[in-house]
Amino acid sequence: MTSVESTPGERRTKNASPFFRGLKRLGAGLFSMVATMFGLLLVTFLIARVMPIDPVLALVGERASQEVYDAAYKQLGLDQPLVVQFFYYVRDVVTGNFGTSVLTARPVIEDIGRVFPATLELATLATIIGVVLGIPAGVVSAVYEGRWPDQIVRFIGLFGYSMPIFWIGLIGLLVFYGKLGWVGGPGRLDIYYEDIIPSVTGMILIDSLIARDWTIFWNAVSHIILPASILGYYSLAYISRMTRSFMLEQLSQEYITTARVKGLSETKVIWRHALGNVMIPLITVIVLSYANLLEGSVLTEVIFAWPGLGNYITNALLSADMNAVLGGTVVVGLVFVGLNLLSDVLYKLVDPRAR
Amino acid sequence: MLFGKTIAALSLTTALVMPMIGAIPAAYAETPPNMLVVAAEIDDLISLDPQEMFEFSGSDYANNVYQRLIAYDPKDFSKGYQPAIAESWEISEDGKTFTFKIAEGLKFASGNPVTASDVAFSLRRAVLLKKTPSFILTQFGFTEENASETLMAKDDGTFVLVTDKKYAPSFVLNCMTAAIASIVDSKLVLENEVDGDLGNGWLKTNSAGSGPYQLTSWKPNESLTISANPNFSGDAPAMNRVVVRHIAESASQRLLLEKGDVDIVRNLSPEDVSGVLKSEDVKVMTDQRGRIMYISMNQQDPTLSKPKVIEAIKYLIDYDGMVNSFLKGQYMVHQAYLPLSYLGELKDKPYSLNIEKAKALLAEAGLADGFEVEFIVRTAQERVEIAQSLQNTFGQAGIKASIVQGTGKETLGKYRARDFQIYVGAWGPDYPDPHTNADTFTSNPDNSFEAKLTGKLAWRNAWAADGYTERTAAAAQETDTAKRAEMYVQLQKDFQKEAPFAIMFQKTEQNALRANVEGYSIGAAISAVYYGNVTK
Repeated sequence: MTSVESTPGERRTKNASPFFRGLKRLGAGLFSMVATMFGLLLVTFLIARVMPIDPVLALVGERASQEVYDAAYKQLGLDQPLVVQFFYYVRDVVTGNFGTSVLTARPVIEDIGRVFPATLELATLATIIGVVLGIPAGVVSAVYEGRWPDQIVRFIGLFGYSMPIFWIGLIGLLVFYGKLGWVGGPGRLDIYYEDIIPSVTGMILIDSLIARDWTIFWNAVSHIILPASILGYYSLAYISRMTRSFMLEQLSQEYITTARVKGLSETKVIWRHALGNVMIPLITVIVLSYANLLEGSVLTEVIFAWPGLGNYITNALLSADMNAVLGGTVVVGLVFVGLNLLSDVLYKLVDPRAR
Repeated sequence: MLFGKTIAALSLTTALVMPMIGAIPAAYAETPPNMLVVAAEIDDLISLDPQEMFEFSGSDYANNVYQRLIAYDPKDFSKGYQPAIAESWEISEDGKTFTFKIAEGLKFASGNPVTASDVAFSLRRAVLLKKTPSFILTQFGFTEENASETLMAKDDGTFVLVTDKKYAPSFVLNCMTAAIASIVDSKLVLENEVDGDLGNGWLKTNSAGSGPYQLTSWKPNESLTISANPNFSGDAPAMNRVVVRHIAESASQRLLLEKGDVDIVRNLSPEDVSGVLKSEDVKVMTDQRGRIMYISMNQQDPTLSKPKVIEAIKYLIDYDGMVNSFLKGQYMVHQAYLPLSYLGELKDKPYSLNIEKAKALLAEAGLADGFEVEFIVRTAQERVEIAQSLQNTFGQAGIKASIVQGTGKETLGKYRARDFQIYVGAWGPDYPDPHTNADTFTSNPDNSFEAKLTGKLAWRNAWAADGYTERTAAAAQETDTAKRAEMYVQLQKDFQKEAPFAIMFQKTEQNALRANVEGYSIGAAISAVYYGNVTK
């Protein structure tokens, strides 16, 4: 076997133009992004077309006459060949036009501008809860492997993992809202507080801070805290399990023994050396769980009457509101691509070798 | 590593912040006194344009924001239609010309006066827009071409409507109480017209009415808010603001009601209804609705088209068993296609579960060993449960039934294409006149597949409805109202015996209210919700 080596000449060209190399990398990255998005559009479009649901009926309803039906059929462009429909669709998406939703009679982009912030707010808070509690729990669990702290953390994790979320949600509402009255009920705000502060970001926590309206801020907190904790619990369960297994692997490594022999304090060994080394895989785990939450979580949204993305896409899907489904899917796609980029940046922050 | 420290700091912060949350002021114990808060499923709402909407939530909205020529009195529906925008009307001797005198002094929320030309504009708009409910008006012969003569403002105070044939006056007038006959502010709507759309794009998300309320905001799948119309001619409603919040989950609705965060909830499951009844602060009201639940048999199927089989199936339904168990409070047994409280209602209930009789009938049809059949059912809890009950009782007579579930759109697609054996369906009347259901259940002018009369249930089931079609048409033209009612009774009696439809139930709706809420009406089987008289 001969190993393939680059000739000195080649190496020189590469070394000689780091700018070109960077450009090439950027180009490749962009290309893969565009290809991903195109593939996503194609697949969702095709799924939408082969679904045994009639989008025209969604628009005109059951009682429509054939004349009304035919007019709507044409208006939706369904009389065109599939390829043409797809072409129009891609052209519209590229120019930022996702069409109008059948269900809401508004432009899809406007709908998403309304539902996505709700999901973003919830998912972000949930992820913060998951990370802040999940990582220390996982570390503790690994350090005390097999002993009672580990058992407790593992039990809590397993419980969070295996309980159906709608059940936890309902019980949570029943106890903390119904019985104890500690938190607000379903919805993002009490109904009387709605439409008082101007919508800037669409995230009520931030909008109320901008408006310096503390009553509304605390009301919003009282409404978001329960669904965020429940989603955060799921995220915590996952993150703590992963942290534990990553940590166990690190703690059995020789460099840990070396560090201990050198007399480093146990805190430093665990929190700096071992945890530092699991950061990269952990970031992947966190980012993925964040991305999953950003897709919206339908059951939680239904129970807490949270007008988020998951509910929006699901409703749209069930009613064959294809513009809305495709628009939502593109947003979810963009979220994944965006978070991928974010995790690349984070890798470089925590690991100098990745720079 | 920096990260570890950050985590430690964040953990500490969380530990400190968490207990503070307990100190957040809890929600009010009750809603503000002049504000009515309703929790309901309103995800069916897709347009607020009265000449386009055809959904329950839409009718509820239009009932409070718009007025019509004539209307029902929410305090007593049995009085029939009463003057509203029209203070009186006359019908010509040939029965084709209706002349309405418009009441004086009425104003739209914009301040514009309500005139006969607004009436003409609104009804013509319904015809010209050609949206789904347009048939409610165009069935009287109004077309794009003749609308300017058949729907006409003679002067500001007189509106004239001319039908193409003689119809039963009650038929025409009942249709004028439907949501599509809502009168819109023509000036305001035309100011917002885009590309000749008659303001449709704008009115989908705005209001232009003269009713007790006007639109404040609509966030699809989230909430609908209406507030008192300052220019309303009648008494100002006690509830200055009404917020309907979309809450899909019954348990969540119940919690909100019990906590006093909402005043009315509309979609409690039977379990939650019995749950809230335990609370002294809550009361439950039950009212009839127009929706009919039925099963129907495709007459293209050689087995299901045998009269004896059709009859046997009507004896294989556990009507009482279902109503007393999983449909409790949600439906009542009803076996005729006109909902109770409609003109020409039929109260007879000749069928009940009778396995032996059904077996005998099947034997007469040469099917003593039973047969196999497939139900198509929309994936909705009550319908699936009905199908399962039917599967069980059918099985006792040797009919092996399988259940195929699908989304509403899926099963409907199959139904309209006649691609099914037995359909578990529901039908709600489109307007408060008996013709609405008669026209779909007992009228099928052309049974050929090519005719594609997909709007008619008789056609969907490939049932020719011989003789019924003509009788249905005759009833729609009968000027003597008592005679007309009798014609529907007879039609339904024959239909009950012969048609490949087993009508099973009529919807009842249970709303749970805070004990202090009075004057609320959901409109019975013939109308929609009224908030105008609510006090608390």
